[in-house]
Amino acid sequence: MSTRSRRLEFLNGARDTLPLVIGAVPFGIIFGTLAEGAGLSAWGAMGMSLFVFAGSSQFIAVGLIGAGTVWPMIVLTTFVVNFRHLLYTATLLPYLARLPRRWQVVLAFGLTDETFAVSVGRWGRWDESAFKHWYQFGSMLLMYVNWNVCTLVGIAAGRLLRGIGGWGLDFAMVAAFIGIVIPFLKDRPHYCAVLVAGGVALVFNGLPHKLGLIVASVLGIAAGVAAEALMNSLSSGDGVKGD
Amino acid sequence: METVWMVSGMALVTFSIRYLLLPLSSRIHFSPIVQRALGYVPPAVLAAIIVPAALLPDGGEIQLTWRNPYLMGALLTAAIGWRFRNMLVTILGGMAGFAVWQWVLRAGWI
Repeated sequence: MSTRSRRLEFLNGARDTLPLVIGAVPFGIIFGTLAEGAGLSAWGAMGMSLFVFAGSSQFIAVGLIGAGTVWPMIVLTTFVVNFRHLLYTATLLPYLARLPRRWQVVLAFGLTDETFAVSVGRWGRWDESAFKHWYQFGSMLLMYVNWNVCTLVGIAAGRLLRGIGGWGLDFAMVAAFIGIVIPFLKDRPHYCAVLVAGGVALVFNGLPHKLGLIVASVLGIAAGVAAEALMNSLSSGDGVKGD
Repeated sequence: METVWMVSGMALVTFSIRYLLLPLSSRIHFSPIVQRALGYVPPAVLAAIIVPAALLPDGGEIQLTWRNPYLMGALLTAAIGWRFRNMLVTILGGMAGFAVWQWVLRAGWI
């Protein structure tokens, strides 16, 4: 009986992740395709997909390698770009804290944007299933296998089709990120964070080692927090009336 | 050798971000301002990646022109995302629009 529930949760998790997996296919293939042209070996690209498993930071790493960036700077940029995942763990904390250590390690390793987006809904549903972690596992395993297969296909494609980088397929990353950002734009402080981060990134694009990305991210976050505080103080009165 | 350091470092920081809160959860308490700040991290970081990629596709000068397919593609993707609120439709629609626009520009029709 419980074996069946586990399998059902696992399969449902994989099924519900399918639309996002399809979106990740061009992403993974393009990552593998661009890697060798940028100077990252096939083993390096495969190693990233197997052990890092974080698409956006892998893309950015390839861009940085192509620009001749030293590796500690790439690791620092990875930290900044992936720091958003802390929010995902923090959100799932009440659920994941109850699981055995080995489950925590596995599910944390696979906590991508996509798997978080799908499983947060399952954890929050008010039914008594004791196997919701199998749902998240189904989601992450499908994402993981797909990501690595696509990376491999991309590496092979990159060798067959020299100059595929010039096809503009790198736009897939921009499109995917826009798709991820839009649901965040739910109020003015979030618009503020996005506009400041984007504007600062543009101004400081020339800084070495992509430092502009880090500066822009920090200022964008600060702008969002400040805007939220300002709106709260305005709406709470303090003698301010109307506009 | 440098590749091994880089991949190991990336793997370590990424896993740490995703995992460390779990064993530390009983001892860590986020102040309200940190909690609020965390909510702005994903859109701020992604915007800092998207905007230069769309406006400075070759890393040179700002290309604020309809002849820049990355900018036109990004605007179209945002419009589709706004209208349909569906990730897959947004990504595939944006990529298709970008490909068509780039093809039109290269063919020299406009």
